[in-house]
Amino acid sequence: MSTSNEPGLSAELLESTGVRVNRSRTDSAPDKFLRVNDLHVHFPTDDGLVKAVDGLSFDLEKGTTLGIVGESGSGKSVTSLAIMGLHRGTRAKVTGEIWLDGEDLLKVSDEELRSLRGNRMAMIFQDPLSSLHPYYTIGQQLVEALQVHQKMSKSQAHTHVVDMLGRVGIPNPDRRYDQYPHEFSGGMRQRAMIGMALINNPELLIADEPTTALDVTVQAQILDLMRDLQAEFGSAIIMITHDLGVVAEIANDVLVMYGGRCVEYAEVDDLFHQPDHPYTWGLLSSMPRLDRVKLERLVPVAGNPPSLINVPPGCAFNPRCAFKEFSPRPCNVDEPQLLESYPKHDSRCHIPVPKRAEVFAERVAPKL
Amino acid sequence: MFYYLVRRLASVVVMLVLITGTTYALFFATPIDPVSYTCGRNCTPAIKEGNKKALGYDQPAYIQYGKFLKGLVVGRDYPDNAQLRADHPEQIVHCPAPCLGYSPTQSRTINAMVGDAWPISISIAIGAFVLWMIVGVGGGIIAALNRGKWPDRIIVGLALIGFSVPTFFIGLVLLTFVAIKAGLLPIPNYVPFTENPFEWAHNLVLPWITLACIFAASYVRLTRAYMIETMSEDYIRTAMSKGLGKWRIIFRHGLRAALTPIITAAGLDLGGLLGGAIITESVFSLHGLGFIAVSSVTNMDLPVIVAMVMIVSAFIVLANLIVDIAYGFIDPRVKLVA
Repeated sequence: MSTSNEPGLSAELLESTGVRVNRSRTDSAPDKFLRVNDLHVHFPTDDGLVKAVDGLSFDLEKGTTLGIVGESGSGKSVTSLAIMGLHRGTRAKVTGEIWLDGEDLLKVSDEELRSLRGNRMAMIFQDPLSSLHPYYTIGQQLVEALQVHQKMSKSQAHTHVVDMLGRVGIPNPDRRYDQYPHEFSGGMRQRAMIGMALINNPELLIADEPTTALDVTVQAQILDLMRDLQAEFGSAIIMITHDLGVVAEIANDVLVMYGGRCVEYAEVDDLFHQPDHPYTWGLLSSMPRLDRVKLERLVPVAGNPPSLINVPPGCAFNPRCAFKEFSPRPCNVDEPQLLESYPKHDSRCHIPVPKRAEVFAERVAPKL
Repeated sequence: MFYYLVRRLASVVVMLVLITGTTYALFFATPIDPVSYTCGRNCTPAIKEGNKKALGYDQPAYIQYGKFLKGLVVGRDYPDNAQLRADHPEQIVHCPAPCLGYSPTQSRTINAMVGDAWPISISIAIGAFVLWMIVGVGGGIIAALNRGKWPDRIIVGLALIGFSVPTFFIGLVLLTFVAIKAGLLPIPNYVPFTENPFEWAHNLVLPWITLACIFAASYVRLTRAYMIETMSEDYIRTAMSKGLGKWRIIFRHGLRAALTPIITAAGLDLGGLLGGAIITESVFSLHGLGFIAVSSVTNMDLPVIVAMVMIVSAFIVLANLIVDIAYGFIDPRVKLVA
C-alpha cells in the first residue's frame, strides 16, 4: 500500500494545482469545428431520473474522426441524437453546450436546427432497413434529402442522386434508383443510407454503429467507403460503436463511455498502446484477435452495465472493476475526476497513473 | 396479377355458393312452414297449395337451391310451376339474370326490391363513410400528435363516448331533438341524388351523423394507435435527421405508413355497410337493404333472406378482395402472386 500511496498523492496534487481536466484542452482551442461541453441528457421517468449522458465533453476537427466506444446503454447513441437535436420535443432534458462552427446547437431555433440537419450535419443509423422508409424508393428518399436543402430541378436532382449512389459503390445506380429498400441487400442499404447522409456534403457526419447489422466483409467495405468519402469531402466524423476494431480502423481520437460518462479520452494510438482505464482494458480483453495463436477464451467484462437511475456511488465502474484493490482510496465513495494522465490522454480512475501503467503492463497486456 | 385476380374471383364464387347453400339448409332445418307466411288472413288450404306450387316450395330443398343458382346465372320465370305458367300466362313474372328470387310477401321480384333499396343504402353508406373518415382519421392524427396533452384527452374521451353509445340511441336523440323538436333538419325522407342533390344531402345528414358516430370513434382510436406507432419508427427519426419540415414528416412519412392498416379497415367497413345499415335505416325508416333484410326475417320470406345474405356477404368478400388488391398498390413490399 505504501508504494501505491505516493503516485496517488501526485495525482491529487495535480488536481489541486489546477493542471487538469480534459476541458483545459477544449478551452485552449476554442476554434474547434465541433465542441461538446459538459453535455447532460436526462430522461425523467416514473422510476426516477435516467442520467443517460452526464457531463460529457469532447471536440472534433474537420477531416478527423472521433470514435465513441462503450457497451449498450453507455450513452453513445443518446449523445449523437443530442448533437442532431433529435431529443427536441421529447421528454429528454438536454443541458450543456454543443458548438458547431461557432453556433450553440442547444440554443438555435427549431427552424435553424432543421436547416442544419441533413445539410451541415448528417447521421447514419444502425439498422438501414428500419431507418429507410419502406414505401418510397431509394431515389425518392435521396432526392427528398437533397431538395429540402438545395433548390434543384427534378432532373438535376435525379442526376445528382444517381451520381451519389454510384459514388457510394452501388452498382447500376440508374436502375437501383427506382428500387425500394426491401429490394436492397443489407450492405447496399447501408451504402444508400450513407449516400443519403452525404448528399449535401455535410461537414459533420455522425455514424451510429453503421456496421453492426452487417457481416464482416461488408463492414470492411463500408469502413473503407467512409474513409474514402472523408478524404473526398473533408467531413468530421463521429463513429459510434461498441467495436474497438472499427475504432482502430477509422478513428483519430477515441472516447470511451461508461454509464453516461467519459472514462477515457485519447488519440487512437495512445489508447491502444497505453490504455489507461480498467474498463478500457476490459473492452480490449473481450475483443477477438486474429494475430494471436493462443486459443484462449475471450474475457468478458464481468457484471452488467450500471443503472442510469441509481448510478453506483463513487466510480460508476467500481462494482465491476477487477483492479480496485490497487486504488489508494475507496472507489465507492467519491467519483474520480477526468484527469490528464498523459499529454492529450485523459482518464477517470482513482488508481494513480504510474500504478495503472504497471498493472496494465503486468496483468493485462500479456493476456491481450 | 391477372392469375391472382382469377384465383381470387373463383374463390369468391365458391364462397358465395357455400354461403347461400348454408342459408338454404338452415332455413329448411327450422320447424316453420314458409307457405303459411305467404297467404294472409283469409287463408284456405287451396290457396296455400297454390302458393306452394307457385313458389316451388313443393319440391325438395336441393332442387329449390339448384333453381335459385340457375336463376342467378340465366334468370327465371315465376310462378315456378310449369303447369301454373301454362294455365295463367298473364301471371308470369320474368326475373332477369342475376335473378335473386321472388318475394311472395311483397309480390315482386327481389331484383326490383333491391333496385329500389340499393341507392338508399349506398347513399347512407358513402356519406357516412366520408364523414367518419374525415372526423375519425383527422381526430386520430390530432390526438396522436398531442399524445397525453389535453387535445388528446378530449378526443379520446369523445371517442369513448361515441363508441359506447348505441347507434339507435344517437339516432333517436338526433331525430327527436334536431329534426322533430328543433326542426333544424328534415325527418329523413330519401330524395334521389339525380333528382335534387341538395335535398338528397339535406335529408341524409342525420343518418350520416348517426352512422358516422360509432365508426368515427373507432377510427380515432385506430388512427391514433397507428400514428403513434409509426411516428416512433426509425424512418421517422431518419426523416427528422434529413432536416425535413414537421408537416412533411407527419404526412408524407408518418401518415403514409399509418394509412395502410386504416385503409384496410375502411374498405372492409364500407363493404359491410353497402349491404345495408340495419339499425340506422330502421331508426329513420329509410327503406334500404338493411330495412328489407329485417322485414324479410320477421316475415320468414325465404327468398329475400337468401338474397340479402348473399348480397351482404358478396359485398364483404369483394371488399376483402379490393383491399387485398389495393395493398399491392399501397405497399411496395406486397406483390400479388397467384
